[in-house]
Amino acid sequence: MDFELLVRIFPQVLLDGLLLGFMYALIALGYTMVYGVLEFINFAHSEIFIVGAFVGVELLLGLKSRGVLDTAPWPLVLLGVMLAGMLASGALAVTIERVAYRPLRAAPRLIPLISAIGMSFFLQDVIRLTESLWRNAFNLVYPTLEPLNERFELTSTLDVSAKSLVVIVAALLMLWGLHALVNRTKIGTAIRAVAEDQAAASLMGIDVNRIISLTFLIGGAMGGAAGVLFGVQYGLINPYTGFIPGLKAFTAAVLGGIGNIPGAMLGGIVLGLLEAFAASYMSLLTGGAFGAEYKDIFAFSVLILILIFRPKGLLGEVVRERA
Amino acid sequence: MTSTRIRSLVALGAALAVALLPLGSGPAAQGKTIKIATQSPLSGGQAALGEGIKLGTQLGIEKFKVNLEKAGFKVELVPYDDQAKPDVGVSNAKNIIADKAIMVVIGHLNSGVAIPSSEVYKEDNLPMISPANTNEKVTDRGYPNVNRVCGRDDVQGPVGAEFAAGTLKVKTAYVLHDKTTYGQGVAEAFKNDLEKKGVKIVGFEGTEEKSNFDPIVTPIKAKNPELVYFGGIYDQAAPFFKQAKEKGVKAKFLGPDGLDSSDFVKIGGKAVVGTYYTTAAAPASSAQAKQFGEEYKKKFGKNPEPYAAESYVATAIAIKALEEVTKGGKAPTREALGSAIRKVKYNGMTGSIEFDDKGDPKKASYYVMQVTTDNPEKWSENKEAKRLAIAAPAMKK
Repeated sequence: MDFELLVRIFPQVLLDGLLLGFMYALIALGYTMVYGVLEFINFAHSEIFIVGAFVGVELLLGLKSRGVLDTAPWPLVLLGVMLAGMLASGALAVTIERVAYRPLRAAPRLIPLISAIGMSFFLQDVIRLTESLWRNAFNLVYPTLEPLNERFELTSTLDVSAKSLVVIVAALLMLWGLHALVNRTKIGTAIRAVAEDQAAASLMGIDVNRIISLTFLIGGAMGGAAGVLFGVQYGLINPYTGFIPGLKAFTAAVLGGIGNIPGAMLGGIVLGLLEAFAASYMSLLTGGAFGAEYKDIFAFSVLILILIFRPKGLLGEVVRERA
Repeated sequence: MTSTRIRSLVALGAALAVALLPLGSGPAAQGKTIKIATQSPLSGGQAALGEGIKLGTQLGIEKFKVNLEKAGFKVELVPYDDQAKPDVGVSNAKNIIADKAIMVVIGHLNSGVAIPSSEVYKEDNLPMISPANTNEKVTDRGYPNVNRVCGRDDVQGPVGAEFAAGTLKVKTAYVLHDKTTYGQGVAEAFKNDLEKKGVKIVGFEGTEEKSNFDPIVTPIKAKNPELVYFGGIYDQAAPFFKQAKEKGVKAKFLGPDGLDSSDFVKIGGKAVVGTYYTTAAAPASSAQAKQFGEEYKKKFGKNPEPYAAESYVATAIAIKALEEVTKGGKAPTREALGSAIRKVKYNGMTGSIEFDDKGDPKKASYYVMQVTTDNPEKWSENKEAKRLAIAAPAMKK
C-alpha cells in the first residue's frame, strides 16, 4: 500500500467528490420537495433531470451550427442555456403532476408510485424516439465552451477546471436561493404549510393545487439546471443517462432525511464524497483486490449503516412522522 | 365505369398470371425462400456498429445472390435487433430457429450476447457466422454450427501487449475494463501478456461508470503510467480517455477493437486523437476494401462502420456454402449448410479465410491502428501502425 500516494491525491479526490455531491444535491431536491408536500417518490424525476440536459445540448448545438457559440460571451450562453433547461424541466414536471399524479391523489400511495415509474419509462423512450428521428443519434456530445476547459493548477497534484468551478458556484447559488425562498418568503411559508397539513393550509386560504404545482416547478427546474451542468461537466448524454444519477440522488435524499431540503443537500454531498473516495481509494487500500467497480457497494453499505442508526436520515428528525 | 374496371382487373390478372408462369415449371426448389438473419444491436449506444453488420450483410446478399436466384431461390434478409442484451438475443434466437426458412445467422456484435444465443442456435444446428465476436468461448466450445471470420481476444490482447512493449516500449501501464465478457477478457489477456514482457501494471480495475470518471482518473494521474489501456466499447472508452486527457494524464492510450467506430472521435473529439487500437477488422486501404466502401456509401449514404466488411465477407461465405448444398435444386438443410461452411475456402477483402475444426479462421490478421483525426467522416483513414498474422490457438481440451 502506497501511503504517500493516498495523501498526495487526497485533495483532488475531495474535490471530485464535492463536485459529484453538488450534482446529486441539486437532483435530490426534486425528490425531497415532492415528498415533502405529497409524501410520494416522483420516480420520473431522473427523466425530468435528463430532459434539461437534452434541451441544453440541443440549444448549444443550435448555437454552434449558427457559428455563434465561440463568439458569444460564455457566461451569457451558459446562463441562457441553463434557464432554458430549467424552464423546460420545470414545465415538464408540472405537466407530469397534472396528467399522471393529480388524478390519482386520492388513491393509495402505491398507485401514483406506479404511475411515476411508468412515466419514467415513457419519457426515456420519448427522448430516444425524438432524438433518433431528429438527429439519428443515441449518444449526444455537449459542445465544449472553450474557456470552461481551462484548468488551474493549484498544486502539482491538485488542479481544478473552470467548468467544475462553475458547477460548484452555480449549485451553491441555487441551493442558497432555494433555501431563502422556502424559509423567507410568503410562497415558502405556503409550501411549508401544505407540507405540514394540506387540509389546514387550504382552510387558511392557500390554494393547495397551485402550491403543489409550484413545488413541482421548482424541483423540476433544479433538476433541469442540474441536467445542463451534468452535460457541461461530463460531456456525454443519452436517453438513459438520467437513471443512475437519479437513483443516487434519490438515495441522497433518503440519506439526508426525505422531505427535508437541507437534508437533501447534505445527503448529496455525503454520497458524492463516499463514492469518490471509494472509487479512488479502494484499489489502493486493498492492493488491487477490490477496485473502483465496488464503489457503489461501498457507498451503499455505508448508507445502510447510517440508516440503521438513524432510520429517518441524517437530518430526519426535523420531519414529523406521519402514517 | 364498372365495365372498364372489370376489364382492367382482368388485364391485371392476366399480366400477373404471365408473370408468375415461369415459377410454376422447373425444378422442385423453385419459389423457395432462403432467409439470412442478422442479429446485432440496432438501437441503443452501440447501434452504429450493429447497423453496420446489418447493412454489410444486406450488401453481401444483393451482391452474391445471383447464382442462388438462378437456381430458383429467393434470398431474403431478416434483421433482428438484439439491443446488445443477452436476454433479447436469446429470445430472438428462439424466434429465429422457429422460422424454418432461416438457414444462417450473421451476428452478433457482442460476445456476451453471441454466446448464449448460439446455445439456442445449436439446438437446431443453425449455422452462425460471426463477423465481430472475438471472445475465446465463442468457438472454444467446439460447436459445429458456430464460426467466425474475425480474430480472438486471447490473441488480440497479446497483439496489444506486443505493440505496447515492442513498438511503444512502455515500462508502466494501467488497465481498465468494462466488466463485460468481452472487455474484461481482452483486458486480462493484455495484462497477463504485458506482465510476461516485463511491463509493470500499476493498476487493474473494472467499472460500469459511463459519465463520471473523475475518481478513477485521479489515482491514474498520480501514478503517471506511460500507457492506459481500456478493455471495452467506445461509448465508455471515449469519455474516459477524454476526461483523463483533460485532467492532465499524459499516458498513451490503447484499446481493443471495441474502440473501432467513428463515434469514438465524435464523442472524444480532439482529446482522443492519437489513441491506438488493436483490431481484427481490415483497414479500408486495400483496393477491394475501397471498392466495398464506395458501393456501401453509394447505397446507404454513409461510410461503412467496422465489421460491415466482415459481415459482407461472412455473407459471401454463407452464400458460397448455400450454393454448394443446393446443387441440383435440392432444398438446403441447416446441418448440411453447417458442414459446408466449414469446407469453404474464401478469398476476399479481409484476406483468405478457411475455418479450422472449431470455427476459427486458420490464420487471422490483426492490426494496430492509430486515430489520426477528430473528424468522424475520416475514421476510415486511420493509420495502420502495425500488422500481425497469427494462427488461432488450438482448442483447449
